[in-house]
Amino acid sequence: MASRAPKDKAKVTPVPAPTMDSLLATKEIVVACGPGGVGKTTTAAASALMAAVNHGSKVLVLTVDPAKRLATALGLDGIGNTEHRVPDSAFEAAGVKPRGELWAAMLDTKESWDSLIAHHAPDEQTRDEILANPLYQNISGRFIQSHDYIAMERLYEIHSTAEYDLIVVDTPPTRNALDFLDAPERLADFFSSRLLRWLIVPYRSKLVNVATKPFYQISDRILGTEFMSDISEFFILFQTMYDGFVERSQAVGRLLSDRRTTFVVVSTLEATPLREAEFFAEQLTERKLHLGAIVLNKVLPDYLQGRAGAKVAEAMKDRAEDLAAELAPTLGTGALGDPAQIARVLTEVAESYLNFQVVALREMEERATLAVAPDVLATVPFFDTDIYDLSGLLRLGEQIWG
Amino acid sequence: MGADPMTPLLERKLVFVTGKGGTGKTTVASALALLAASRGKKVLICEIDGKGELAGYYEAPPTGFKEREVQPGLFAMTMNTEAALREYLKLQLRIPIVGRIGPVAKAFDFLATAAPGVREILTVGKLCFEVRDNGWDMVVVDAPASGHIIGQLAAPQAVNGLVKVGLIRTQTDWMLEMLSDPAITGLVAVCTPEEMPVTETIELAVRVREETTVQLAGVIVNRVLPELFGRQEEAVFDALAAPGALAELDALVDGDAAPVLEAARLAVTMRRTRSTHLERLREGIDPEVPLLYLPFLFARSHGLRATRQVAASLGEELGY
Repeated sequence: MASRAPKDKAKVTPVPAPTMDSLLATKEIVVACGPGGVGKTTTAAASALMAAVNHGSKVLVLTVDPAKRLATALGLDGIGNTEHRVPDSAFEAAGVKPRGELWAAMLDTKESWDSLIAHHAPDEQTRDEILANPLYQNISGRFIQSHDYIAMERLYEIHSTAEYDLIVVDTPPTRNALDFLDAPERLADFFSSRLLRWLIVPYRSKLVNVATKPFYQISDRILGTEFMSDISEFFILFQTMYDGFVERSQAVGRLLSDRRTTFVVVSTLEATPLREAEFFAEQLTERKLHLGAIVLNKVLPDYLQGRAGAKVAEAMKDRAEDLAAELAPTLGTGALGDPAQIARVLTEVAESYLNFQVVALREMEERATLAVAPDVLATVPFFDTDIYDLSGLLRLGEQIWG
Repeated sequence: MGADPMTPLLERKLVFVTGKGGTGKTTVASALALLAASRGKKVLICEIDGKGELAGYYEAPPTGFKEREVQPGLFAMTMNTEAALREYLKLQLRIPIVGRIGPVAKAFDFLATAAPGVREILTVGKLCFEVRDNGWDMVVVDAPASGHIIGQLAAPQAVNGLVKVGLIRTQTDWMLEMLSDPAITGLVAVCTPEEMPVTETIELAVRVREETTVQLAGVIVNRVLPELFGRQEEAVFDALAAPGALAELDALVDGDAAPVLEAARLAVTMRRTRSTHLERLREGIDPEVPLLYLPFLFARSHGLRATRQVAASLGEELGY
């Protein structure tokens, strides 16, 4: 974790307004977060790509679940947890020559948990016993809360190798956008809980006191003594690793609040995701985490907003037949010059404009009443086609670069 | 499944609605419940991820664990696993927990973290209990997003695998029976005609079949854009957008018509991009599973009016 020496201490030029460009040039970790379905993964990948192209840095994008074609474009097919350099050929195809390097990796939850266990286990036997324990397999594979922690843990691990100038991480879809922020602390709490200490006293020989009695009574009746013993056994195995886990999860928590880390909240201008994004941005500030930017994605084009446009559309709709009669000779003979057909097209086109204007105006209103003020507010227009390769990512990246 | 015809959606008693984030899962769930209620059913809708958004779809005050009527015949509640546990202990096990909620809540929270599936099983348990004992014609669940739904629906099996005896075990048996019966229970996946939602829906369909006992009762494709025009009309449109014709149109309407045509071009391209994803969806989903289409809603805002509009479209798609 090398920190950079400040340069040009004596120079006092006014600080220019921050942009995504300056944000990505100064931070070591960028966490892209926000509600589901807003283009988090694409935004994270585009940011990393722009930094690699423009800053000459070695950049890693750590993504959770990229679209198939995007994964292919980043050379992530079947790569899993391993970091992988995006080949020059992909850049050539997009017509750019990067100054730096772009690396990409995916997050495989199960694999990451396994390697974490291997890291913390005191010996091979404990490691193997834990890995084979049915309870562990359930925790690491099936139940979703485990994603939240492991994504941050993985970020910490990669950051501590000091391999990359910048790591852009895409956060997993959580039930609640805050889950992954709380995950390290929750895990630490869990392992230092007094209840856990009761649980790991071999089940039969437990000292039952007034405080713990209801807990055991209830859990016994619900889960059965056998399962409770299984749980005990699992945590007894795990016991050797508590300290390591607690220490590690605290370190992960510290890394997230470090000045070198910034958060980029991605959203669309639809009401529901935007409220969620706002809430998230407020929470970041409350936790003294750095809100670097808000990226508003899939915003409808400006030309949909004008009153003038609406007036034209209304005229086209109301006077479709007259207009069609006038235009018919210009459009040609035969089917092209059929006034009835022209009138239909004019009406359809005009109605479609007015429909989209309703949505565009709603978006504009949402943007105007945005309740948070990040350092950088970037807007990405709606692209009418999917983004699935480096050229697409560059197109998006240039919009947010500033 | 096999040769048996699928039970129609509104005739099922327990319907889970899931979907990738941002596809309109809650919109569809709330519209489905409203549609059922408007057809005379006594309906409960339950929000699982208690973000408190559901009430807004009916313009009702925030909902809690105790259900409340939000529309005639339609009751809404928000899941709370702790409250579900307390209710379960009281009603089923006759262990009253009065006062002293603090330590129990803490112990519960701990247990739920330690023992995987406890939270999920309490949620599913409460829903099954409502269906079995509380006289609803239909229980609609605004379920977790598609990334999380499998863990939820497969919880009874998972717990059955881990817990051999105990009360939970006897409970999971009847829950499993209810979840596995396609005449009672069904899962609805909400999707939009976009790359990731379609991919996720196809993957979800496979996982539902392989990892749960619940039947996929339908896929609802939300926000389908209208088809602006056919091939002939598109030729007319292209001719209109040519410089000469456009200049004439500008003069006739006394304004700049280019943005209006540009918007139509955007709408056409969007629809075209999306239709390739729709084809992929149709190919990727078992042909027995009905696909229902809901139009893109060019509406000013959310709320009861929008929910009603979606419910009406859904009713049309279901043939009512």
